[in-house]
Amino acid sequence: MCLGIPARIVRIDDAERMLATAEVGGVRRQVNIICIVDDAHPVESCVGDWVLLHVGFAMNRIDEAEAAATLRVLSELGEMQAELDAMGGEGEIRR
Amino acid sequence: MKYVDEFRDRDKAATLRREIAALVQEIRPARPIQVMEVCGGHTHAIFRYGIQDMLPEEVEFVHGPGCPVCVLPMGRIDDCIAIARRPEVILATFGDAMRVPGSHGSLLQAKADGADIRMVYSPSDALALARTHPDRSVVFFGLGFETTMPSTALTVLEAERDAIGNFSVFCNHITIVPTIRAILDSPDLRIDGFLGPGHVSMVIGTEPYDFVARQYRKPLVVSGFEPLDVLQSLWMVLRQIADGRAEVENQYARVVTTGGNAAAQRAIAAVYELREFFEWRGLGSIDLSGVRFRDAYADFDAERRYAVPALRVADPLSCQCGEVLTGLLRPHECRMFGTSCTPATPVGALMVSSEGACAAQYRYAVRAA
Repeated sequence: MCLGIPARIVRIDDAERMLATAEVGGVRRQVNIICIVDDAHPVESCVGDWVLLHVGFAMNRIDEAEAAATLRVLSELGEMQAELDAMGGEGEIRR
Repeated sequence: MKYVDEFRDRDKAATLRREIAALVQEIRPARPIQVMEVCGGHTHAIFRYGIQDMLPEEVEFVHGPGCPVCVLPMGRIDDCIAIARRPEVILATFGDAMRVPGSHGSLLQAKADGADIRMVYSPSDALALARTHPDRSVVFFGLGFETTMPSTALTVLEAERDAIGNFSVFCNHITIVPTIRAILDSPDLRIDGFLGPGHVSMVIGTEPYDFVARQYRKPLVVSGFEPLDVLQSLWMVLRQIADGRAEVENQYARVVTTGGNAAAQRAIAAVYELREFFEWRGLGSIDLSGVRFRDAYADFDAERRYAVPALRVADPLSCQCGEVLTGLLRPHECRMFGTSCTPATPVGALMVSSEGACAAQYRYAVRAA
């Protein structure tokens, strides 16, 4: 919950609501990108961004090397699978 | 050097280790230098990578209160269970909170007893539950520091915009800065410097820590989570001590900026106000350390909607989490550590999650022994 997980924005789902699809480790889910969008970085420019995802909200943009390093630490801490499982969710709670 | 094998850059790790030892020689401390890592993620990394074992014995990590699951007091868990037991309620919670002991069991036990409790990954999943179950009342168990505070706030703003009437939040969000101040004010304080949290700082920036350096004359270095980050941040703290400086420095500049995340801060400011005080397991009541919803969002406040019992429940008498949290005891020095208090049956806060000092020590030190 606290460490979050790096993921890549692969698609904008709803530009007005700032919802996008993010992917990491073969898991895709809808995330909120409002905290990484501003005048200098509009919604449409988010596709391809690596972000730090905290409980379904992209909280920061990071570069790809940072994403890879963070994923490795998560995996070594044994947190990676739990985070991916939680992200994937059960059928009922996925949108 | 079995530990260094897992560092991404062994040479750099070995160099930092030598330089840390040299700095300790330079400082010549009269007693061990205590550096508190505030964040539970750092605690986990320190144990996982055996960082303490790489250090001279004159340097000790003190594992701070930065695990929001661990510091939830029993009374709040009891309140949450009281809400969850209402027949119309679906309680949605992060999985991490399921095993935290209340005075009459955990959410996991309440679920086994028939309460409708569902694990979600995100507050937006809880809001989705409210949309798909209009006949039920969905309550999200909101918890965490500033890393998760914006997500709950943005979800409440979305619920307001879409007029979702059957959604509310039991708000247990807390803020770390007043707690650092409370630790600095404790009369037994022996802490010489801090590793500041990475992802909280990503949201709030580094300015809120300035008082640590200015008012209390202690170094604070915001740190990343890789083992090399932790070593380098520790070196930066020790360098300040050796120089007689006390400053806020940012080792994690690749993620953390001075000003933090403006959009996240706007969401926090719009939705929450500070509580006069909030109870922390192991630390007691700390002024201005929790947030609640502003009156404008009262409709989404489960505490107002359900008039929770709000009983204050003391920590178990035998529990020494408070001493561990302030650095007076090390985890294994608690009288219950590994006997009556284990990760499978936690009594104290710090045994609850992998980011708690006791659970981390149990997992990596006791079981490896």
